[in-house]
Amino acid sequence: MIRYLSRRLIGVIGVLVAIAAVTFTIFYVLPSDPAAAACGKSCSAERLEAIRAHMGLDQPLWQQFWDFLSGIFTGRTLGSGQYTLHCGFPCLGYSYENSESVWDLLMDRLPVSASLACGAAVLWLLLGLSAGVTAALRKDTLVDRVLMVGAVGAASLPVYFTSMMLIYGLIRVAGLLPYPQYVAFGTDPLHWASNLLLPWLALAILYAAMYARQSRSSMIETMAEPFIRTARAKGLPRRTVVVKHGLRAGMTPILTLFGMDLGGLLAGAVITESIFGLPGIGRLFHGALSTGDQPVILGVTLLAATFIVVANLAVDLLYAVVDPRVRF
Amino acid sequence: MTTATAPAEVPAGSGPWQLARAELRRRTSVKVSLFIVALFVLMAAGAPLLSGLGGWSPDDFDKAAVDPYLGGMPIGPLGGISADHWLGVEPVTGRDLFARVVQGAQVSLLIAFTATAIVVVAGTAAGIAAGYFGGRTDAVLSRLMDLTMSFPSLIFMIAMMSVAKDVNRIVLMTAVIGLFGWPGIARVVRGQTLSLKHREYVDAARVGGSGPWRILTRDILPGVAGPVIAYTTLIIPGMIATEAALSYLGVGVRPPTPSWGQMIAESVAFYDTDPMYFVIPSICLFLTVLAFTLLGDALRDILDPRGSRT
Repeated sequence: MIRYLSRRLIGVIGVLVAIAAVTFTIFYVLPSDPAAAACGKSCSAERLEAIRAHMGLDQPLWQQFWDFLSGIFTGRTLGSGQYTLHCGFPCLGYSYENSESVWDLLMDRLPVSASLACGAAVLWLLLGLSAGVTAALRKDTLVDRVLMVGAVGAASLPVYFTSMMLIYGLIRVAGLLPYPQYVAFGTDPLHWASNLLLPWLALAILYAAMYARQSRSSMIETMAEPFIRTARAKGLPRRTVVVKHGLRAGMTPILTLFGMDLGGLLAGAVITESIFGLPGIGRLFHGALSTGDQPVILGVTLLAATFIVVANLAVDLLYAVVDPRVRF
Repeated sequence: MTTATAPAEVPAGSGPWQLARAELRRRTSVKVSLFIVALFVLMAAGAPLLSGLGGWSPDDFDKAAVDPYLGGMPIGPLGGISADHWLGVEPVTGRDLFARVVQGAQVSLLIAFTATAIVVVAGTAAGIAAGYFGGRTDAVLSRLMDLTMSFPSLIFMIAMMSVAKDVNRIVLMTAVIGLFGWPGIARVVRGQTLSLKHREYVDAARVGGSGPWRILTRDILPGVAGPVIAYTTLIIPGMIATEAALSYLGVGVRPPTPSWGQMIAESVAFYDTDPMYFVIPSICLFLTVLAFTLLGDALRDILDPRGSRT
């Protein structure tokens, strides 16, 4: 277990460094000179040089990358001459746009994206798994057909379509819900939930449909396994057979999917956030793209990658807990 | 889903592909989805012809079809649907929606199909190589698959699309979407190849003096074809949806070239005042994704019954 864990942790760090390198190359090498952008139109050659030096852009690329990487762990001092700025421990640089620390920007927005992702995840797991398991246990009946037709249909709806329909139906016509405005959980949990309900639903419908399909086929496969027959033959009640034996073993593929999806969403559901105007990381990212704010883009990408990689690791470790057949 | 017994009209001794075709022909969902797919593919292929038939080019402004006193709302019911404009017009500009939807089908499907082709070719090649050669090749390719799958793909695609400024948008988008899609299919093919490579007939070919290239193309490739075809059909809807999402976020194809995602993004502002403008491209997108999903489900049931997808 310890050996497995340490091997995986080394792998995780390797993947993250690789992703950082690719991202760094794409966003710092390809686009137009950020110094020129910062300097403005009437810019003298000396001033441009000074800005380049200030931003560290005059260094060789590998040096810039190394400074960036080591800066994340040890902090670094940015700038030169009289204008220096110390950037503390998790240093991801400063936004070109408003000179705020990228780390602070990310941490500022993270609660919104995390609330959106986690709330939606609870909803879609409840909806998707119950629909999938019900359909699997009633395979080839009317219930199964109806649920699966619904799931295929819902999975084909783009999230912006679902969102607009929900906004139209529940806000404009029925007037049941307020137009989403993020309220921090700590301030008012009730308002937090009622404001996020619509975005949760919009995301959950799409994912629940996918999970229903996946969990149905997984459950059908598991319920045909010999150990299920054994459990039945022992005379265990059907409920125990389904929940303790079937569901537990059938959930491993779902868990893999869930790790990927939740990891991906934690760092911002770009479309959902922009439709509902939620000030999360997805919106931050979308905004940074239009202004070419590379430190922010790089920061969001790295954060997203970290979430995905860590979620995958967590899922692999959870396997041993969920599925008794898995050993490390 | 359906019973495994082969229908009576299939003559005894017919090959697996004939059996598969007969099984496909029995399903209603396959017929319906094939019809929808054929409809949109024909629409995309004959886009210039069709919009010529409708009488409007996708970029023609028709000021007579919108009411300048109502903020440029289309004149007439249902977003200006009339004999002249079959699916109505865009608010403000008065561009013909039929011509734009048809043109958008061409752009959306072209990108989705080409990206799928890239993914399938690259994924199959990588999967077969990793599975057949094993050892170091497998280790390198498998790590590369893991790495690619750890990328936050949508965020990365958006970022790459917005960084590259003066490139052909359609080519770039195809490449970017294709870049992140290949590991899924490569894993399926790798697993299938692993189970095939020590079958008797492959060993026989090896003993008979076939080189690796011949074995891979003549013996292994036909063996993985079933799952690959099923998987291909199942990733097309994802490709269409990704293209639409990127265009929706404004980093896809640039106006005036229409694509469904971009049309939906533009229509969101009018969802209240001119719902048809929003509904028409959305329905096209929905139907195409749905049809390909149904088709892929049926193909997977038939061609890959044990489900090599994990």
